[in-house]
Amino acid sequence: MRIPTRSTAALAAAATLALAACSTPADEDETPPGVTDDTVTIGTHQPLTGPAAAGYATISAATSAYFEYLNAQGGIHGRQIEYVVKDDAYDPSQTQTAVRELVAEGEVFAVVNGLGTPTHSAVLDYLDQQGVPDLFVSSGSLAWNQPDQYPNTFAFNADYVTEGAALAQYATEQDPEATVCVLGQDDDYGEGILAGVEAVLGPDAVAQTQVYSTSSEDVSAQIGAMMEAGCEINVLGTINGFTALAVGTAAQLEWFPRWYVSSSGADYPTLVEYLGEETAPLVLQGMVSVNYLPFSPDDEWVELFRQVNDEYNDGAPFTGNTVFGMSVAYLFAEALAAAGEDPTRASLTEALESGDLLGNGIVPLSYGPDDHAAYRGVGITTVDEGVQDYIGTTYAVADGAVTEIEASPVPLENEGVPGS
Amino acid sequence: MRTVLRAALLAALAIGATFALDPFRNFQLATAAGVFAAVAGLTVLVGLTGQLSLGHAVLMAAGGYGYAAASTAAAEAAPESAALVLTAGLAGAAAVSGALGLLLGLAAARLRGPYLAGLTLALVIALPSAANVLPLGGAQGLPAPFLPVPDALSRLIAVEQWHAWLAIGVAAVAVTPLAVLRSGRAGLRMRAVLGDETAARLSGVDPARTKTGAFVASAVPAGLGGAILAITTQQVAPGGYGLAFSLLLVVAAVVGGLGSLGGAALGSVLVVALPWLVDTLVDAVPSDLGQRLDGNFAVLLFGAVIIAVTVARPGGLAALGPRLRIRSRGRAAAPVSPTPDNATPSANTER
Amino acid sequence: MDRLVFLLSSGLARGAVLALFALSLVIVWRAARVVNFAQAAMAIAAVYVAFAITAASGSYWLGLIGGLATGALLGAAVEAGLMRRVPHTTPLPGMIVAIGLVMILQSGLSIAFGPQHRTMRPPFSERPFDLGGVPVLSPYELFVLVVAALVMGGLALLFNRTSLGLQLRASAFAPETSRLLGVRVPRMVTVGWMLSVATAALAALLLVPTELGLNPFAADLLFVNAFAVAVIGGLDSPAGALAAGIGVGILSSLVTGYVSASAAPLAVLAVLTAVLLLRPGGLVAAGKARSA
Repeated sequence: MRIPTRSTAALAAAATLALAACSTPADEDETPPGVTDDTVTIGTHQPLTGPAAAGYATISAATSAYFEYLNAQGGIHGRQIEYVVKDDAYDPSQTQTAVRELVAEGEVFAVVNGLGTPTHSAVLDYLDQQGVPDLFVSSGSLAWNQPDQYPNTFAFNADYVTEGAALAQYATEQDPEATVCVLGQDDDYGEGILAGVEAVLGPDAVAQTQVYSTSSEDVSAQIGAMMEAGCEINVLGTINGFTALAVGTAAQLEWFPRWYVSSSGADYPTLVEYLGEETAPLVLQGMVSVNYLPFSPDDEWVELFRQVNDEYNDGAPFTGNTVFGMSVAYLFAEALAAAGEDPTRASLTEALESGDLLGNGIVPLSYGPDDHAAYRGVGITTVDEGVQDYIGTTYAVADGAVTEIEASPVPLENEGVPGS
Repeated sequence: MRTVLRAALLAALAIGATFALDPFRNFQLATAAGVFAAVAGLTVLVGLTGQLSLGHAVLMAAGGYGYAAASTAAAEAAPESAALVLTAGLAGAAAVSGALGLLLGLAAARLRGPYLAGLTLALVIALPSAANVLPLGGAQGLPAPFLPVPDALSRLIAVEQWHAWLAIGVAAVAVTPLAVLRSGRAGLRMRAVLGDETAARLSGVDPARTKTGAFVASAVPAGLGGAILAITTQQVAPGGYGLAFSLLLVVAAVVGGLGSLGGAALGSVLVVALPWLVDTLVDAVPSDLGQRLDGNFAVLLFGAVIIAVTVARPGGLAALGPRLRIRSRGRAAAPVSPTPDNATPSANTER
Repeated sequence: MDRLVFLLSSGLARGAVLALFALSLVIVWRAARVVNFAQAAMAIAAVYVAFAITAASGSYWLGLIGGLATGALLGAAVEAGLMRRVPHTTPLPGMIVAIGLVMILQSGLSIAFGPQHRTMRPPFSERPFDLGGVPVLSPYELFVLVVAALVMGGLALLFNRTSLGLQLRASAFAPETSRLLGVRVPRMVTVGWMLSVATAALAALLLVPTELGLNPFAADLLFVNAFAVAVIGGLDSPAGALAAGIGVGILSSLVTGYVSASAAPLAVLAVLTAVLLLRPGGLVAAGKARSA
């Protein structure tokens, strides 16, 4: 009986992969991982390859560009910020590897803006067990706001339920009699938007609910069903590509309902890329959406971000992703500045929980000891003659109840360099 | 008996090796152990019976879901007993993947190569939909209980090393029966069916039963491999078991040498370590080009290697080295060496 | 009722593209006994060429011709440069080499062109005709159906009515005998590959304008579904591919419309399993049994 023993060779190969430190748990030492006298190293996981890369790969590029800008201004407390971007191809198992590599190998100070609900869910417990600050998760899931369970995890996006509720509120104010329908992605995104809409309109008020799956780039069956149901206002919980597909498919059917789209799928420059320069202004005219970041073409933040984008991001197309990525970078820099001359992981999360951070949103950040959600309110935007802008209506959402508030944009100070 | 001893020795060696590795390498080792269990199942299936499954990722996922469901239930019933949680989880993994393997095996017994490949491929594509339609937690998947380091060891080793131990143990339990099976009467029957079904039937071997049995025997280790990944990552989600991963399992089996368990181990380490190695190298390349190479270049290399191995060196890595080559001629190389009878006559496009 | 008609018509156009791609798999299977897993990646590489030509010249039709030519050339190159060196005694090595080729092509395209979706415009309007208030078939969908019908008809004529077609069929079914009769079998295999990949490139060219845009993975799902279609129809049968393609296209459309988008891939899997369990060689199995 001869049994292959070649696995010995395999294990030897595995062993020689590393002769680094052994696994014995280290004692707590004083300097936190990732922080030296002149650098702070942080990391993230992003889809840089695979089918999801098309929609999101530009975010981390913008974030990196803004950090480069800050570094060129001298960094934060004299430390340069090093932003390590790991590709996970939007695959949860690759996220596991990427984040473990960041934490165990790269010894990052914090993980910032990890992207995606299924992907980041996969490392939520791990980051908690390791005590790594897990800041500004790039998804609108409610899972990131559980301070009791995950004291180091902080959200960034307005959550999907909030967005759905705000869209529904604006819809009923505009036209209380309209037939409202929902088209959503077949995951927590679509479900969250639907939950928000139902919280405002009532559980049976949605005339038609359709879902799509990202694996099939064809929504004609869904649009056909919504058209037949006589939908007048369609609330979309869709990513940009599928917003374009839905609007485009409806237009082919000569159907022009009102579109109310979540911020994750309503970026006008991106939609124009999908729909084309000629078609887009026609079919997107009047599209309603929500946002919470600086957005107006003449906003001072947007002007700064455009300059940074030209100078440090090779003049890449300026889209909502650019603003999003740079806003994340700014907020991290602000938190790091507030964490003190010698930041620790504890002082970083304390800075966030202090509630003193301003960010750059149009509604106040809601961070506090018992609240790790970022934006609990959103402003309504519309598209008019090819320009997408706020219209001045802003909502705060709490427990499904929507109240109108005044927007409170944060003025740009010190050219976007916090803490000096 | 010698097989079991040898397996125990190898497992002990591997566990010893974990002391030389840092936590991240131990995590990679645990992942490689999970992949190894699945690739071992796949390589025996393809190598010995010639049935190409492109769906072993789904069998792994089935095992992962089985593990998550059973171990969560056990953790609720008896939160104190980690051994019970683990055992229940592994039993769940074996049961679910074995059941799916049986269904596939029944279909496989009736199908020839490309038809089976098509069916298993469709299965991989349907997994995310199944996760949505069935109560499997959609894209986020199911959580699995965290298995902390036992108190007695907690001063000695970190959690990654503990999980690597568990992974090695489970992989040994999963693969050892394959080694026994392969060299026993069942392995003989499989080779007989691969060689000539009619002759096999004449000598009293039922090809359909043999093929179905081989599929089940291949599915259970794959499911346990999925359980390993669920242990180390505390969750199972459909996104981790997509088409790319399923093809990577085939790559590992082919590169290692079809039919060879040692080759499966080498192939598994390669598919786990190579992307990481390449990315580390690519990170040295600056800016835009670096970003494009990131991730993609590893896939490119795999593609080139798999073609080179199939065209130039059908025995795979296991056929390297003179001592090993002799053995692989008898075994590992069998599937891809000429067996001109088992396709329809027109299948031979000789030139 | 209106909805049924609408779903049927949009399913029909999708089904035609599916059938065309499935036909390309059948051609290469008949010619070389290989399931070309790289068909989608090769087709998309050709579409990138078509895209570049259209962008440079402004003409959809030049791009179309360039894409088809690239597809044919790519088919010839892969056959002569790679597949010919692969052991052909079982289908397994060919499938594995093709899988390797997919990896090379897709990652190569990703490195060369990045992950962005590149929007391709259809040459005709996608606005459906209005038949008594029911939207039915857009000009572009009609174009797809006409092209698919022309190509299938043309290939049928080629295989059944021409000397080249006779040689192709002969060298596929009886290579030894054909060789003795003076047919240049290797050349016939190469021609089969060229026809196959050009057909696949055409199917991908027809599909991409209806989707989000051109990217290295744009035809992956088309391939998987078309493979399922080809297997359902019986890998040897062009007629089976046609019937199964239209059937699966309509089925997906109906399931998406009446049940849920999530259920469509499961429905395809269910049909595939059922067909294979009842008829292991597909709906239109060739005379010889494939399971013994």
